[in-house]
Amino acid sequence: MRYLSVDDIDSLAVGAAVLGTGGGGDPYLGKLMAKQAIMEKGNVRLIDLEELPDDKLVVPSAMMGAPAVLLEKLPNGEEPQTAVRAIESYTGKKAYATISLEAGGINSTIPVYTAARLGLPLVDADGMGRAFPEIPMVTFSIKGVKASPMICCDEKGNMVILETIDNAWVETLSRTVTVAMGLSSMISLYVMDGRTVKKHAIKGTISLAIAIGKRIIESSRGKRNPVDSILELTNGCRLFEGKVTDVQRDLTTGFVRGKAGFEGIDNFRGKNFKLEFQNENLIGFLNGEPAAMVPDLITVLDIENGIPITTEQLKYGQRVVIIGMPCAPVWRTPEGLAQVGPRYFNYDVDYVPIEDLAKRKKS
Amino acid sequence: MNYKLGIDVGGTNTDAVILDMNDRVIAKSKRPTSEDVSSGIKDAVESVLQTGKVAPSQIIHAMLGTTHATNAIVERKGLSKVGIIRLCLPAGRSVPPYLDWPSDIIPHLGNHYEMVHGGYEFNGKILSQPDREEIKNVLESLRKNNVEALAVSCVFAPVNSEHELLVREIAGSVFGCGFPVSLSHEIGTIGILERENATILNAAILKIAESAYSSFQDVLKAHGVTSDLFITQNDGTLMAVGYAKKYPVFTIASGPTNSLRGAAFLSGIKDAVVVDVGGTTTDVGILKKGFPRESTQAVQVGGVRTNFRMPDLVAIGLGGGSIVRSKNGSVVVGPDSVGYRITKEAMVFGGSTLTATDIAVASGLASLGDPSLVSGIEKEMISTSIVKIKEIVEEVIDRMKTTAEDVPVVIVGGGSILLPQTLKGASEVYRPENFDVANAIGAAISQVSGSVDGVYDVAKKGRDSVIEEVKESARQEAVKAGADPESVEIVDLEEIPLAYLPSNAVRFRVKAVGRLGHQ
Repeated sequence: MRYLSVDDIDSLAVGAAVLGTGGGGDPYLGKLMAKQAIMEKGNVRLIDLEELPDDKLVVPSAMMGAPAVLLEKLPNGEEPQTAVRAIESYTGKKAYATISLEAGGINSTIPVYTAARLGLPLVDADGMGRAFPEIPMVTFSIKGVKASPMICCDEKGNMVILETIDNAWVETLSRTVTVAMGLSSMISLYVMDGRTVKKHAIKGTISLAIAIGKRIIESSRGKRNPVDSILELTNGCRLFEGKVTDVQRDLTTGFVRGKAGFEGIDNFRGKNFKLEFQNENLIGFLNGEPAAMVPDLITVLDIENGIPITTEQLKYGQRVVIIGMPCAPVWRTPEGLAQVGPRYFNYDVDYVPIEDLAKRKKS
Repeated sequence: MNYKLGIDVGGTNTDAVILDMNDRVIAKSKRPTSEDVSSGIKDAVESVLQTGKVAPSQIIHAMLGTTHATNAIVERKGLSKVGIIRLCLPAGRSVPPYLDWPSDIIPHLGNHYEMVHGGYEFNGKILSQPDREEIKNVLESLRKNNVEALAVSCVFAPVNSEHELLVREIAGSVFGCGFPVSLSHEIGTIGILERENATILNAAILKIAESAYSSFQDVLKAHGVTSDLFITQNDGTLMAVGYAKKYPVFTIASGPTNSLRGAAFLSGIKDAVVVDVGGTTTDVGILKKGFPRESTQAVQVGGVRTNFRMPDLVAIGLGGGSIVRSKNGSVVVGPDSVGYRITKEAMVFGGSTLTATDIAVASGLASLGDPSLVSGIEKEMISTSIVKIKEIVEEVIDRMKTTAEDVPVVIVGGGSILLPQTLKGASEVYRPENFDVANAIGAAISQVSGSVDGVYDVAKKGRDSVIEEVKESARQEAVKAGADPESVEIVDLEEIPLAYLPSNAVRFRVKAVGRLGHQ
């Protein structure tokens, strides 16, 4: 157990963007919300997975909506209260803790906000270990945990409970509700007991994000390059160093879908890299050969300061380091790959773990 | 004959130019910027009128570029106490104003803010009805705190401005007519925190802008220049001085913008990379249809995050005063500079610090100071330094381009003598005449603009009619700002579908520009 202070939130936001693999939403707003909540209510208790009692209720917390709307219509501050009280009266159990469903991007900091507002501890774990575009893409879902009952709340005090036949319907119905609420909502879903959380959550991802963020922030003060220490923390590898030569984006489907091309510099001179993304970075090719693919993590960092660059921010001329990090083992199982493997995202390749691809390259 | 007067007040020099109505340069002058700004302007104007043999009465437009407002924010000097009203409830309470501001600036502004009911949804539907009584009460309490100006923000104000206008109306009855009120929809775009921040900054510098611009007007009047004064803004267009007194934040990045515009005009190139090499820094920007490309990212002003119209610029520590040293067998140029001490510290002026200017003189690229003082520099040092400087600039050019193709590059500024005639990534390198006063020329040739930024539901009216509607509002805004209606054209239309939800909400940013009309 440890306490999260306002300074930890700065680190968490930067580290969450690294785990966000180019997507996951800008953690800036969630960071401010969490900081304000901590300043008003006090530091948040971050508890280890093992500290969680088996029979207690854990209520995840997240935000859903169009990024441009989230930046304009900020939450009221009462939504977590509304959501958690609704779950409590629906299930007849008291909430013991909250947890992040997605440690990458904005939904890393929203649970901190909820935890501070309600005085609940935050579990040091999440359901993705990164960012993914859809609600069913959490470990809990592939292990058979029901997403519903799901709560959607808005800033006006409206609250909707969804009870659905499967997890795909949760996605469909909650999007419709969110549109009606004005394109943004605060949500709670995958309500579980402690035993289930301990079995299926990815452990330690919040403290990992904080550690990554801390290295990046500290190194920008000390003018040291943080990339090596990020790789050490995540067991990752340097996939490429180069400059962006080409970016293509298509927004028509409601997702940021596109490709970016890179040309090597320094040790990678003469080589090229191609990155394909759909909100998140999904697959990278070094000289035409796969170098890393979803569900492993691919993140683009600024070569100077290690600050992560999102798929929306990528532009011609940026000097970058592309890193790859192994995903949580659960995603490498057949059920995991069926939900988030390269074929699910319409890439015609079989999944090969990043470590094996790295070995192939050497031999 | 009628003429135009362009003035640019920089950190080091105040430049003035006189152009005829065909935009030919008649005369130019360069004088040191004075601490009070006004006397530097006075010197520059006196000298340019004299060399051009132009009578003050023949000046029909006077344009001034100044970063007076920027300095006030950066140095935290002369700022007003601001009362902030955010129309947002029941939303918005989770992140109050000032949360992410540098703590040293807040005491200068006071820490007075109120959140009240009001605001819109993305599609213009009302989020909540504003309550006159509630607004009146918070205004009364702000008045008791002796605020000197008001900043008003509102959820989705760029989509509908009525609620903000209501606050202005009620403020008139509480504070009295003419009390300064800055409204966010007039200042910034989508993103309430950044727009509100820019509005607060605007309110905070109203007082000093009023006094500075009035004193500039007095200087011109004292010289018999009775034409209206225009102030240049961040996007390279003009504001009538009366308008500039209400929206001083729009001048914050006008310096680099003026040199970009001047470079476009002098070279005749409308789409190019512009490299402005000064004494301490080099600014690199992009011209798109003759205007600076605007930044899409949040821009920090004095440590405060804002989102109003700013040119997309990269500034690097390379200029005439950059210190040159050898390190482990290679040469390092900058980023530190001797700055304004160059006339004492550079070797060609008898000093002992090797600067980029010394390299330029030693290599024969420039002739100033005493060339014999740099004759001892090794040939290899000179050639390596010149290659280094070239490489630094080439990398920034490449960073700023949007495609891999070579683009035209225009070089301006006093320090541009350091650069060679060919650069990697450049299809051609232009070094126009009068490059040393590009910013004052940029001010003198400025046009007026109007812009619109908002989120629209294209399903209802259809995309084409929405586009027509936003173009027309931008044209009207330009005419309101003083453009000749005949000359107004749309220079920029950006369509940004809102990611994540496949609804029909689209954000449009449109800009119209026209020639200054005769009033």
